[in-house]
Amino acid sequence: MEQATLKAQIMDAAAMERAMTRIAHEIIERNEGAQGVVLVGVLRRGVPIAERLAAKITEIEGVRPPIGKLDISFYRDDYARQIMPVLHATDIMFPIDGADVVLVDDVLYTGRTVRAALDALMDLGRPKTVQLAVMVDRGHRELPIRADYVGKNVPSSHTEDVRVSVTPLDERDAVEIWESKQEGSAQ
Amino acid sequence: MAYLIKGAHVVDPQVGLDDVRDVLVDGKQIVEVAEAIEAGEGVEVIDGAGKYLVPGLVDMHVHFRDPGFEYKETIYTGSRAAAHGGFTDVATMPNTDPVTDNGAEIRYQIDTARKAGLVHIRPMGALTREEKGESLAEIGDMVMEGASAFSDDGHGVQSAGMMKTCMAYVSQFDRVVCAHCEVESLTKNGVVNSGRAATRLGMFGWPPFGEELEIYRDIELCRSTGCALHICHISTAKGLELVKAAKAEGLPVTCEVTPHHLFLCEDDITDAYDTNLKMNPPLRKASDAKALRDGIVDGSIDCVVTDHAPHAKHEKDCEWEIAFFGTIGLETSLPLMLTNMVSAGRMSWSRLVEVMAINPRRLLRVTPVKIEAGSQADLTLIDPTHEFVVTEDYFQSKSKNSAFLGAHLTGCATDVLKAGKRTLADGVVVA
Amino acid sequence: MLSVRHLIDTNSLTADDITQILDTAKSFDPIVNRKGIKKVPALRGRTIVNLFLEPSTRTLKSFELAEKRLSADSISMGGATSSVVKGESLADTIQTIDAMQVDMFVVRARLAGTPQKITENTDAIVINGGDGKHQHPTQAMLDLYTIREHFGHLDGLKVAIVGDLAHSRVCGSLAPALKTMGADVTLVAPPTFQVGDPSWYGCEQTNHLDDVIEDMDVVYMLRVQLERMEGAAIPSRREYNRLYGLSLEREARMKPNAIICHPGPMNRGMEIDAEVADCPRSRILNQVNAGVLTRMAEMYLLLGGEE
Repeated sequence: MEQATLKAQIMDAAAMERAMTRIAHEIIERNEGAQGVVLVGVLRRGVPIAERLAAKITEIEGVRPPIGKLDISFYRDDYARQIMPVLHATDIMFPIDGADVVLVDDVLYTGRTVRAALDALMDLGRPKTVQLAVMVDRGHRELPIRADYVGKNVPSSHTEDVRVSVTPLDERDAVEIWESKQEGSAQ
Repeated sequence: MAYLIKGAHVVDPQVGLDDVRDVLVDGKQIVEVAEAIEAGEGVEVIDGAGKYLVPGLVDMHVHFRDPGFEYKETIYTGSRAAAHGGFTDVATMPNTDPVTDNGAEIRYQIDTARKAGLVHIRPMGALTREEKGESLAEIGDMVMEGASAFSDDGHGVQSAGMMKTCMAYVSQFDRVVCAHCEVESLTKNGVVNSGRAATRLGMFGWPPFGEELEIYRDIELCRSTGCALHICHISTAKGLELVKAAKAEGLPVTCEVTPHHLFLCEDDITDAYDTNLKMNPPLRKASDAKALRDGIVDGSIDCVVTDHAPHAKHEKDCEWEIAFFGTIGLETSLPLMLTNMVSAGRMSWSRLVEVMAINPRRLLRVTPVKIEAGSQADLTLIDPTHEFVVTEDYFQSKSKNSAFLGAHLTGCATDVLKAGKRTLADGVVVA
Repeated sequence: MLSVRHLIDTNSLTADDITQILDTAKSFDPIVNRKGIKKVPALRGRTIVNLFLEPSTRTLKSFELAEKRLSADSISMGGATSSVVKGESLADTIQTIDAMQVDMFVVRARLAGTPQKITENTDAIVINGGDGKHQHPTQAMLDLYTIREHFGHLDGLKVAIVGDLAHSRVCGSLAPALKTMGADVTLVAPPTFQVGDPSWYGCEQTNHLDDVIEDMDVVYMLRVQLERMEGAAIPSRREYNRLYGLSLEREARMKPNAIICHPGPMNRGMEIDAEVADCPRSRILNQVNAGVLTRMAEMYLLLGGEE
């Protein structure tokens, strides 16, 4: 990480918990139950959020929706700038044909990650619907994409970095804004 | 035209000279050698201060490709390269097209060289017709037209019986047989030294004994026929041992070495596959190069030759296995010897004169050139301190395929007199 | 990112490079073997030329499939269709193709060093698809992948490479790559097939397959170029099979968990008996699948690093 300074904490663990509870309810309401709903987390931080949402949906509906992991490395349009040896792979052990897929990610920003995730998803099959759930929507869209479920809208500038921490991947639950030197840093 | 070369350090072991002298040349001859000579009227003075003056250098193994391959080199461009490199005499190999295997072809080269006027060409004739190794060439005819020696260079004569016939036949003339030693059944497809280089680069090897076996054979044929034998471009320590043993027995056997076999080895061939390092015989091991350097100093090797082998760009700018063999050498030979041997303190000036002037003249049966009054004025003036980098632009040769491109060298010829005519003046070829 | 810009030989690859290639290949496995669309847009818009100056159906098809799976635009040119055979020089051919804005060349050539020469005539990235007797690095990577899939690791494994080592670019790439990954390599061949300088590989060398077969984790049989060799380096097919062929009897003496590889195409009944080629130890078909995965990984990692 380049030098960056913490500017503000936007959400703490309790706020994130409340947001996820609300989103779980919204998903159930929108889909008239949990039957046929599958959650697909975008690697990496979309996955623990999807797992937490699934747990809440199970609590409310008594039905546990299947959870998958989606790796979008090979679908990115910016890979030339930041290629990584691929360490995680897509793991979706159920058919998505005809399913109501809720794509889960931590931050919605330019929309390019979601575009890549949609392409990756469509190569796997033909879902009935695809919905998008994110913890933070920070604006600055470059593509015509919007989220169906949003934890919190956080207006931000390009020089800022919105970081989401989620257990168990991270040590705690938090959403923070960092001031970064780098213009338009990733996320 | 008369020239007075003033204040040069004159080295000529034939007359026991190794000191500063003035040398006066008039017409084709040296007329006076003394500690101080006054320049008379009409005498052009060449300042020799800080330089060395030696008998004109001789390269007894070059390929001028003329006739037949004039796109690589001609007698004229080759002569320019020779003068630029400090040479007054070169012996051209007969693998031209048509092959130089009769008197008319010898005459053509001598006449053409005379017109170019830059260097004495001492053509070698082929041993066998078309260098095919099957029947005798017109050796006597060629001797009478001025052939200096005989060789099928480019190939070994594969049949021992044919080689015996050649050597027996040549023995009636006062000429040397120069043997390119290569047993082709062992070197077939070989493009690099066998062993490390071949394994590393994934190519067929050209084994040392492919050369050594034929050296051994030809030494025995020398013993049997009495014909003087000169081993071309020796490349291995073992081959040199065979020559040393023959010399110790008193057999008329001599040998030569090229600067690339002295100063390069198979380890210099990198994954870049620089085809300018593709030679026949190939670059050998570092230990072979070391043994050859020792041999040139201790007297077991008689001459330094270049095997100047010009090739056009498209013949070298291709895959290694189909690239042509050879490197040009006339213009880097003296600088390499000065940089790596003489200036490095490994070799004396008088030994340099022996291997680059005296011995090759003797082997080519050319009248000796001595730095004394009455001798033909074939002279080379050398600046041992001039530093330069070898680039394509440096070469006068028509081809630029040098194994030493990019080398930083110190020392070169600045002036050459060929039979009293100035062919190189202050580093510039006079044409 | 790999430490090299081109993939010319395996000697230039670090252990980290090789691990990256194998890991990336592994992540392509679910994509290539899934029910849905078996491709990703990772190299969309990239242009790859497969320049096959020597015919090779298997390697060419493996590269072509890998390119399609990565959504690259590719064309293949063979020695017969290109003008190389018409006397045009390699440099001319490359410059002509290069003028078409090529991002990558995959090169198969009869002459050693050709891929390296091509790098001097283009700004594109070059992958060596096998050059003369020199190297075949993409074959080595698929072999390593296959072996690692079975054992889970490469270090400490004992591997015998058996056959025509002297003329083998497969050995030229595989032996150094295995050494880099910490495996022990033994070169097994008749003296007329042994490498010129085994010390270059730093490998054990033997003429007797029977002396080492029981210790090996992997027995890698090389194809013998029959047409070229009979009478010249070995007396006959029959004698070679008797001395060096992998028979059922020899197979039975291998360690319980040991495997058999072969780069293909096989001479059944010569270096490998038909029953052995199809036995449970054989990883020959796994190698084919690994070929597509590792070639995808190599192209992705090399082209991905380019702006």
